[in-house]
Amino acid sequence: MNKWLPPYLLNGPALVIFTVMLVVPMVMTLILSFNSFDFYGGIQADDYGWHNYLEVVKDSYFHEIFARTYGIAVAVTLICALIGAPEAYILNRMSKTWRSVCLLAILGPLLISVIVRTLGWALLIGNNGVINEMLLGIGLIETPLKMMFTTGGIVVALVHVLVPFMVLSVWTTLQKLDPQVESAALSLGASHFVTLRRVVLPQVMPGVLAGSLIVFALTASAFATPAILGGRRLKVVATTAYDEYLNTLNWPLGAAIAVILLIANVVVVMSYNRYVERKYAAVFD
Amino acid sequence: MKRFDKNGSLALGFNLVFLVFLIAPLVVVCLVAFTDKGYLSLPRDGLSLRWFVEILDHPEFIDAFWFSVYLAFGSATLAVMLAIPAAIATARYKFPGRGLVMAFFMSPLMVPHVVLGVAFLGYLSKLGWSGTYIGLVACHIILIMPYALRLVLASVTGMDRDAEAAARSLGATKWVTFRRVTVPLILPGVTGGWVLAFITSFDELTMTLFIASPSSTTLPVRMYQHITETIDPLIASVSAVIIFITIIMMMILDRIFGLDKLLVGK
Repeated sequence: MNKWLPPYLLNGPALVIFTVMLVVPMVMTLILSFNSFDFYGGIQADDYGWHNYLEVVKDSYFHEIFARTYGIAVAVTLICALIGAPEAYILNRMSKTWRSVCLLAILGPLLISVIVRTLGWALLIGNNGVINEMLLGIGLIETPLKMMFTTGGIVVALVHVLVPFMVLSVWTTLQKLDPQVESAALSLGASHFVTLRRVVLPQVMPGVLAGSLIVFALTASAFATPAILGGRRLKVVATTAYDEYLNTLNWPLGAAIAVILLIANVVVVMSYNRYVERKYAAVFD
Repeated sequence: MKRFDKNGSLALGFNLVFLVFLIAPLVVVCLVAFTDKGYLSLPRDGLSLRWFVEILDHPEFIDAFWFSVYLAFGSATLAVMLAIPAAIATARYKFPGRGLVMAFFMSPLMVPHVVLGVAFLGYLSKLGWSGTYIGLVACHIILIMPYALRLVLASVTGMDRDAEAAARSLGATKWVTFRRVTVPLILPGVTGGWVLAFITSFDELTMTLFIASPSSTTLPVRMYQHITETIDPLIASVSAVIIFITIIMMMILDRIFGLDKLLVGK
């Protein structure tokens, strides 16, 4: 028997399912994205071209949507890095019992559906929401603040949904560090701030970068949070593709938007990985 | 007083604010669920269970819950059954394309769920499987395979193979060795992978939104449809029930596997 046969046989079932259920549908979507569409006749079977892509590239309506999506993704990633990395550092210095309690509170929400977490934010920031109710109650404001259906609201809620990934990523890196290096810097007379900046930060940077990648990719493709907190007006790429599919029923255009989103994500992830690997080649070897 | 850790008071203050930020939205959902009013409000004049009772009058949520359970159970079980042989092949054999096969199975993590939804919607309607249980299971298997595979692979890689060799040299057949030695040894990883796959399938909204039909609606999809129409105390009480169930499950999981191990995947 061929010595290479067993591993292929073992992988066989999963390979078949993945080919039939992932490769074929993705290729069909790619083909569909080149199809033309007519509002009266529907999808034009034998008419292929670049027009769906040209429409996205030319129309300022889509420019705005893509700019908003990636703007939100950059903002959410930066905020997650700024608050997630310090939190991971603090966690790492905690006593064991406290750490496991805090970790439970940070990781727990990951197991709760995004829709529940987003609903929490809708209840908090809505016009009749808890925050407005409280501020009105103590007389700090006279009319409700508008936080629902704003980009800021979407950003805060997405930070809430995604920051656990950043904490997790930085914390994993911190665990590999030798705590004595930090003690050495301190005992040699470096201040706390200098130690953090010159000793700790460079060592956890790979963790911050890996976490940023996860947060960025997930924000750029987020659907539920922008759909609920952004409403009809503040569209992002994912909600636009959804609307083209299920409201306008222009499947080819929706498919083109989906393909662009996928390619953009893959390009960002790959080039980012290459950059990080080159910069930290010494760390990964 | 004994110092709890090496953090200063500023750091502990930051930690407190961070935790409040993470927990506040979930607490608010639970509080609003206990309101006695007919509209969204904190329960200031006393707690009431009226909105939990109200769930019983909305069988669409209960039906959706059970459909989600069946869907997650079926797809997690099948995903693990595909992941075990794939993990054994990757951990124990050297073959051309080994890294590529692994990357292929992990690739759904890179694909935005909305893209998967778009692709599956077109595909299922071509196959005539739109809104069927089998169609949804097939799509969910692709989605959750990376989570199942990662934990199963970790346990197969970390397994002590001497026990298998001992069983074989004592005359056990290959099948008996697999069933009586290998399976018990990798069982913790397999269970962990199954649980994580189950949760991922149960919570998934975006992709399922494209492929669900009125007769095959999962709980997150049902909730999304409700929220886009109206946000009322009923949806808060449904969410509160989900939060309670998750907390109980989380405690059990933390006891058995350690939550950080399950989510970091080591």
